Amino acid sequence: MFKLNRMFHKLLSPESYYRFAGRLVPWLGWSCAILMIAGLIGGLWYSPPDYQQGESVRIIYVHVPAAWLSLFGYMFMAGAALVGLVWHVKVAESLSMAAAPVGASFTFLALVTGSLWGKPMWGTFWVWDARLTSELVLLFLYLGVIALYNAVPDVRKASRAAGILALVGAVNVPIVHYSVEWWYTLHQGPTVTKLDAPSIDIRMLIPLLLMALASTLFFLAVVFTRARADLVRRERDKRWVRELVTADGGRQ
Amino acid sequence: MIRRTALHACAALLRRDLRLAIRRRSELANPLLFFAVVITLFPLGVGPDPARLSGIAAGTLWVTALLAVLLSLDSVFRADFDDGTLEQWLISPHPLPLLVLTRVLAHWLTTGLPLVLLAPLLGVFLKLDPHASLTLFWSLLLGTPVLSLVGAIAVALIVGLRRGGMLLALLVLPLYVPVLIFGAGAVDAAASGLQPTGQLLLLGALLVLSVTLAPLAGAAALKIATE
Amino acid sequence: MSHWLAMGAYGWFVWPSYGIFALVVGVNWYTARKAHREALSRARRRIERETT
Repeated sequence: MFKLNRMFHKLLSPESYYRFAGRLVPWLGWSCAILMIAGLIGGLWYSPPDYQQGESVRIIYVHVPAAWLSLFGYMFMAGAALVGLVWHVKVAESLSMAAAPVGASFTFLALVTGSLWGKPMWGTFWVWDARLTSELVLLFLYLGVIALYNAVPDVRKASRAAGILALVGAVNVPIVHYSVEWWYTLHQGPTVTKLDAPSIDIRMLIPLLLMALASTLFFLAVVFTRARADLVRRERDKRWVRELVTADGGRQ
Repeated sequence: MIRRTALHACAALLRRDLRLAIRRRSELANPLLFFAVVITLFPLGVGPDPARLSGIAAGTLWVTALLAVLLSLDSVFRADFDDGTLEQWLISPHPLPLLVLTRVLAHWLTTGLPLVLLAPLLGVFLKLDPHASLTLFWSLLLGTPVLSLVGAIAVALIVGLRRGGMLLALLVLPLYVPVLIFGAGAVDAAASGLQPTGQLLLLGALLVLSVTLAPLAGAAALKIATE
Repeated sequence: MSHWLAMGAYGWFVWPSYGIFALVVGVNWYTARKAHREALSRARRRIERETT
């Protein structure tokens, strides 16, 4: 049992993660690119316009993946933080903190695209509807984690403190979502602001799924790369980094 | 005779904190004064029209109370961090979460509870519907402990840092959103003649959730911040 | 074709959306690669400083 534990820890060591991720990222990158091109072509060209919303419905092909990533990113960040805190896995700490800015940027994207979608639909750029409001709070949760991580000088303390905040926020996300929805339906009354994809035509569903999958792969590729960079920085005095950097002139 | 059980330790801590708070009576007044002054600003800012004031009364009272709690949070652990008492907490045989819970209780008794008692009076300034005053009281009574508990986690995370101020606000305010929504929502419902039971029950649920989980998170945060 | 570019009068909303999407994707990709490159070069410089 003890041996299994040690094997497991070795597997999750910064060095093995670095090599493993180094081989994985190109695959993630290329498959993301292919899927994204297919999704964009499908979304911008082949999919039909909505009979109510016209061509503006095409925004869902970037808005929905962004919104999906904002939530997935947060769960990834919180999950990695949990692993890092409970089992003291450095790689998990790096992955968690790497996910924060990426997730935040996609939350921002979801807000902007949501606004741009809303303007032709409701006439204003911002509406306090349930989903946009929840996304905004989510953005602030992200920014809080990032701010805390940058405020603490010691990098291990910083990632652990920010990890706790991420976990507390994670508990909060469904509560916020529910409370905002309740708040919105109470205050808004009968007018329904539908930001949902209209009842799914297969020609719309496919590009949507392609874009969502491509975005997820992109997220993983970026986060894995950032984590690699972070681990090199943290472990710069360790032997594996020295060997890595001197052996083949610093190329990965 | 030395008493060793955790409950005795918590009682001693509570007594100490309350005694210290009473000795610094003027500091106790600060959140209340803040509450009162800021509430006074609103009619000055938006005009004395009673209809408009009563329209914003519920939310304004709640937001201001929330900010008053936020401003008072900085002192929750700082003094003990500075003089090393916090490290004694860490090596003490008593469960850290319990100590954290006790500290938050002391903080709430000296900060949140006075706000709860003052709020209905200030509601008069904002022309809050009298039917809603009782709901305001109950919503704050249930909500301010949650604010103290969740706030304590955030303070514990940054207790080692020099300048907490704005960072604390950024960390904690998103976490306060559900409490605000249900709290102000309860008062608004009561003002419209509806029953605020749902919102109050949800506030109660949040209270139970935070009483059980916040001390654990706070303890973990303190361990990280002080090691 | 021009109908496609105009997106049926919604062009001013659709294209900026995709544009900002491209921007976010591009910036994320670029900064991640840059962070990696810099981490490696900083590590290399540290070692060079020590051995000279």
